[in-house]
Amino acid sequence: MAEGKDLHLEGVTKRFGSFVAVDDLTLTVPEGSFFALLGPSGCGKTTTLRMVAGLEDPSLGRVLIGDEDITQLRPYKRPVNTVFQSYALFPHLTIAENIEFGLRRRGVKDYQQKTSDMIELVQLTGYGDRKPVQLSGGQQQRVALGRALINVPGVLLLDEPLGALDLKLRRQMQIELKRIQTEVGITFVHVTHDQEEAMTMADTIAVMNHGVIEQMGAPGELYENPATTFVANFLGQSNLIRSDVVNSTGDDVMIDCNGQKVAVESSRSHVDGQSAWLGIRPEKIFVSEAGASERNGHNRLTGGRVTDVSFVGVSTQYLVAMPWGQELMVFEQNTGQRPPLRNGTEVDLAWSGAHAFLLDAHQDATAGMMTPEDAE
Amino acid sequence: MTSGLDTATEPSGPVVDGETSKRRGWGWLLLVPGMLWLAVFFLFPTVQLFFTSLYDPSGSYEQGYTMTWHFANYVDAVRDTWDLFARSFVYAGIATAVCLALGYPLAYAIAFKAGRWKHFMLVLVIAPFFTSFLLRTLSWRTILADQGPVVDFLQTILILPEDGRLLATPVAVIAGLVYNFMPFMTLPIYASLDKVDHRLIEAAGDLYASPFTGFRKVTLPLSMPGVVSGTLLTFIPASGDYINAELLGTPNQYMIGNRIQSAFLTEHNYPLAASLSLILMAIVVVMVVFYVRRTGTEDLL
Repeated sequence: MAEGKDLHLEGVTKRFGSFVAVDDLTLTVPEGSFFALLGPSGCGKTTTLRMVAGLEDPSLGRVLIGDEDITQLRPYKRPVNTVFQSYALFPHLTIAENIEFGLRRRGVKDYQQKTSDMIELVQLTGYGDRKPVQLSGGQQQRVALGRALINVPGVLLLDEPLGALDLKLRRQMQIELKRIQTEVGITFVHVTHDQEEAMTMADTIAVMNHGVIEQMGAPGELYENPATTFVANFLGQSNLIRSDVVNSTGDDVMIDCNGQKVAVESSRSHVDGQSAWLGIRPEKIFVSEAGASERNGHNRLTGGRVTDVSFVGVSTQYLVAMPWGQELMVFEQNTGQRPPLRNGTEVDLAWSGAHAFLLDAHQDATAGMMTPEDAE
Repeated sequence: MTSGLDTATEPSGPVVDGETSKRRGWGWLLLVPGMLWLAVFFLFPTVQLFFTSLYDPSGSYEQGYTMTWHFANYVDAVRDTWDLFARSFVYAGIATAVCLALGYPLAYAIAFKAGRWKHFMLVLVIAPFFTSFLLRTLSWRTILADQGPVVDFLQTILILPEDGRLLATPVAVIAGLVYNFMPFMTLPIYASLDKVDHRLIEAAGDLYASPFTGFRKVTLPLSMPGVVSGTLLTFIPASGDYINAELLGTPNQYMIGNRIQSAFLTEHNYPLAASLSLILMAIVVVMVVFYVRRTGTEDLL
């Protein structure tokens, strides 16, 4: 494979009338990586993808693969292929004809051998002569993938490719997609609104919101150290508590959290001013009966009371009402060390300073939270 | 109109077996009015026509006809009028080809390029039906008249010689056929094109097909059902038409429809008229079956 086929977007902007769908986006996707653009619907991720495919023209900015500027190239001249959200399989052609479509347009000679190899790679051996309507959703999805992959594009674009599949099949296809990507080594740019899907598959995730990238990094990095409330809420769940910064002492930032002192590692602070959101993931919190905690060196908040207990098998999820009126979420793994706490129990919460994060207080604490419509 | 066409693009979901059989039990009742209509106005007249075609040809309107199972009527009919049959199919064939050449781009433009003018343009396609077929064909006599603007223009640019004319020529008859049957070509093609998913065209572009190749490999094959029904809806009535030849041509341009019309209404030669009608019907059916098989669109119709 050719060297230096990184995908670059430079200051790419897309306006529809007065609406800015993508706002001055600059990013580099390294060759051979599995890159996810993650965000809620309308955040500009699909528009970004379509600009790379050539299906939309950027209002400003450039798209490059390696050193080649492809901004002005018509879609059929770009070394880029797309797996469409709705698959867009040609209904009048067989599976084999769908898969070989791109090769035949480019006049590739031994397309028959390549087609049967691809049919095998996407595990559809024996289905070559069928029409798309005769296949299940998961099989159609694999045809769409094979039809794009067979062209060995510089970049493969996937637009919510698993959106139409049911949950179980989706999980299966996530593993499958990752396997194929590792096998062929092509750069995948995957657009999705499903944070779990992005985290399972991608090497790098860019979280998009309102046409800009909020934060970009490896899945673990984004999850453990989110830089904005949007990322904290959109990737998993977070407890965000209003706090004041007292002082910074070298490695730690000391904060006053409703009258109780806690510390956060300064590498995990994304705050300049006085007031901040203290963020803690629910599974990072240890809950114990008031005064019973033996965890020294941990941050601690006292005065909580359990208001809700839900047993979900692998874990128990608590809601704990704090003295300042906020309810915090705590997930505790069911290791069986002690019986679950009961409703109304007075509790203390503890966590390691390496697990909390500080976010700017000007941001909306509910940004990126799942609304019931998103959750379906 | 659009909502009706849109629903056809929805993929048909899995059908629950129990439900279909329950529906099937009562569904045939809905067919009864249609079947009765067909029996009274199609089946019965066709059988009657068949018997009429076998009457004794020596009978007359005044004396009446006797049933003599005279199959030789068919032989006589073909011998006397084969040239009219040939001319009808040639004219109808050319008219259908011209309708397709003009109607496909028109339908394509309405479906893909018209934007908010889509419905207005559709109304324009249908608008000629708001006045009588006869009146519109008569007005073509004015348009194509020897001193009319079209002839003048064609003479000016030297396409027609000084003494050349359009009226009373095959050109006029075919032009009339094209004009009158154009909506029957355009509308089915439009309906097919309108159902073509734009994402498929995008996908073709994404897979290295230039716009023209994308059209040839994706849009055109997907619109074939419309092309097939459009050509059938144009060719079948055009080959039986007699108004255009009557009003825009001379007896030298007469088609089989003119002969059937005069045999029925002027000469009252019912056996001849009936056997001509049945021969026309038989030839058209054979041609349609062959055509549909050939284009491989049986399942798409």
